[in-house]
Amino acid sequence: MNILIKNGRVIDPRNGLDTVQDVYIADGKIQSIGKVPKGFTAKKTIDAKNKVLAPGFIDLNTRLREPGFEFKATIASETKAAAAAGFTHICCLPDTMPVIDTPAVANLIQDKAQAAGFSKVLPIGALTVDLQGEILTEAYALQQAGCVALSQAPNTIAPHTLRRALQYASTFGMLVVLKAEDAAIRDDGCIHAGEISSRLGLQGIPASAETVAVAQIIALADETGARVHLTGISTAKAVSMLARAQKDGIKISADAHAHQMHLTDKAVETFDANYHVSPPLRSTSDKKALIKGLEKGVIQISSGHEPHEAEAKQAPFPSTQAGISSLETALPLTLGLVAAKSLTLSQAISRLSFGPAEILGIDAGHLSIGAEANLCIFDADETWKVNQQNWLSRGLNTPFMGDKMTGRVTHTLIDGKVVYEQG
Amino acid sequence: MSSSDQTASTSFNAPDCSQIQLNEHGRLHHFLTPQNLSKDILTEIMDVAESFSSVANQAVKKVPVLRGKTIVNLFFENSTRTRTTFELAAKRLSADVININVATSAASKGESVLDTIRTLEAMQVDMFVVRHADSGTAHFIARNVAPHVSVINAGDGSHAHPTQAMLDMFTIRRVKKDFSKLKVAIIGDILHSRVARSEIHALNILGAKEVRVIAPNTLLPIDAKALGVTVFNDLESGLDDVDVVIMLRLQRERMHGALLPSENEYFDRFGLTEEKLAYTKSDVTVMHPGPINRGVEMAASVADGPNSVVLQQVTNGIAVRMAVMTLILGQNRQVVGAE
Repeated sequence: MNILIKNGRVIDPRNGLDTVQDVYIADGKIQSIGKVPKGFTAKKTIDAKNKVLAPGFIDLNTRLREPGFEFKATIASETKAAAAAGFTHICCLPDTMPVIDTPAVANLIQDKAQAAGFSKVLPIGALTVDLQGEILTEAYALQQAGCVALSQAPNTIAPHTLRRALQYASTFGMLVVLKAEDAAIRDDGCIHAGEISSRLGLQGIPASAETVAVAQIIALADETGARVHLTGISTAKAVSMLARAQKDGIKISADAHAHQMHLTDKAVETFDANYHVSPPLRSTSDKKALIKGLEKGVIQISSGHEPHEAEAKQAPFPSTQAGISSLETALPLTLGLVAAKSLTLSQAISRLSFGPAEILGIDAGHLSIGAEANLCIFDADETWKVNQQNWLSRGLNTPFMGDKMTGRVTHTLIDGKVVYEQG
Repeated sequence: MSSSDQTASTSFNAPDCSQIQLNEHGRLHHFLTPQNLSKDILTEIMDVAESFSSVANQAVKKVPVLRGKTIVNLFFENSTRTRTTFELAAKRLSADVININVATSAASKGESVLDTIRTLEAMQVDMFVVRHADSGTAHFIARNVAPHVSVINAGDGSHAHPTQAMLDMFTIRRVKKDFSKLKVAIIGDILHSRVARSEIHALNILGAKEVRVIAPNTLLPIDAKALGVTVFNDLESGLDDVDVVIMLRLQRERMHGALLPSENEYFDRFGLTEEKLAYTKSDVTVMHPGPINRGVEMAASVADGPNSVVLQQVTNGIAVRMAVMTLILGQNRQVVGAE
């Protein structure tokens, strides 16, 4: 279907584009920007006046909960929420039940996503069988089945096993996505170890739980030459360690979850379990360093989406399950950084699209002529209130329920098809 | 409380339940932590406790203040001592008391806290006295009970134990009268102590001159100063010139978590002996929430010595808990003392 998107502010960070132009889409691809292609007749015209047209966002860290945890969320429910939030591609972590450690599970997830018809799902396979940290998975077979990376999710793995796993993954040029957290140092911690944990008597998670793991992973990435991505970093020290490692030429990238750039541990002061998240909300100085790292391109943005059923949060704080349902607030929170002049709009879009695409090594996250038409249109100034009626994720576990957001997606196109249009 | 310098364009509801403890008239509705309460409210608790302290000496140790009220002692963590004083306090106020001990198991965590509360609430309970191993449990329950039901925190994890703190304040006031000149040192496992946290809040609210904590670094919270205290690692300097010493109980399991090497070394460096007591003011008051590990936290001669008020603390515990229950549940909340 031929689609014409008129008068949008087209921002494509990879191609250095920021211009008000008409975009012509045919055969699922971007056929032209500005010039009317010969013989083009639009079946559908979208007026994007005063709106931004950007490459579709790519999420490096989503939990879909299916298979196995359909009482929390499903592939259909979460890919719909993702599409409405501007994400055309989402990487799902392998800690489902069964774990994504065989091509069969990887295929099942992609089939269900395709049937749902919203965002594309790029599965991340398990690094070890059943995520037990003992036996390597068939990395090549998982790669052939569409897995874009391998991950140990939040599960532990001994350093010598991780070293072998990185060596093996690097054989096939496969990206390894790791959560940088030393489980022994974290212990039963449930909040950043700092002023608030000291006051509330909640067991803290020291910054060293992250930095010890970052140091170890950097050393292993350096030695094995594997491509490693750290998802969901939270501390200022981790940002500076990563910046140095990248400068030294080590193939290591990272992301931070969008809410980490907005909230701090102070939010936990009232024991509200919606602020119970992993990694924990850190200090103000950590938050500032993450924003700086984002600006410098040391890190990208992910959602860290973890939908939960209501009961998961209805208990005393330490006994609740960690996680924020965060796909639908990722864009407005990131636009908040633009409003605060911490990022340019182009940088913000890049950290959500082309940056993640580069890390994954996929041809996406840009608006080149001839590229698949995966894009979103958003109104950067529209304010809206988060409420249960407009929330699409099955996980209502957002600390922003009832809050005002600025910036809203109006259309999302995948392979040239409109999969979301604001009602 | 804001979630710290938020960006301008997106507004977040600052989570605020500092006022959850007060009703619309500014009176105590729940007692979860001394934090954020006013000096007036803490003083009122002590004043009312003073009026109740004679009840125990009457032939009939009862006043009809809470006749017809139902109070549930809901303990998810075992504690004979604390539960008993709450029970006695409620009975002396003529309330009906039910004790429920929920065995510590995986099933007693999470949703079942809510289930337990809902079930009991359906039986027209007026007040829950709650103890639980998780910090924040009392807040969680207070947020989930019906508006007319009150909650007293009898200890939640390492967070708060407000009635223990208030009975200690009451005990201090009886001996020392005025808080404004007092230097108070709290010694021991600050990291895991809900008693210490609540005492520090109460002392600061009541205007103590200085609150100190003395402990090895493994038993201090990562940001101990944030509690509003001066931090010391040794008794010699920490005890210098103090008026009140509060000892904390040392749990034996701390040796297994690599927090301490041995009871011997702990007693050598942080145990209170008569020798160490010489660093303090001569009229120092020595306190301990009990039960005491003699020879670990303090020498028997100090625990049972002339400066110790450990037994008064236990006695005062009943009057203070009567006061808190009365201020929350009493009809006109005017106390008529003993009759």
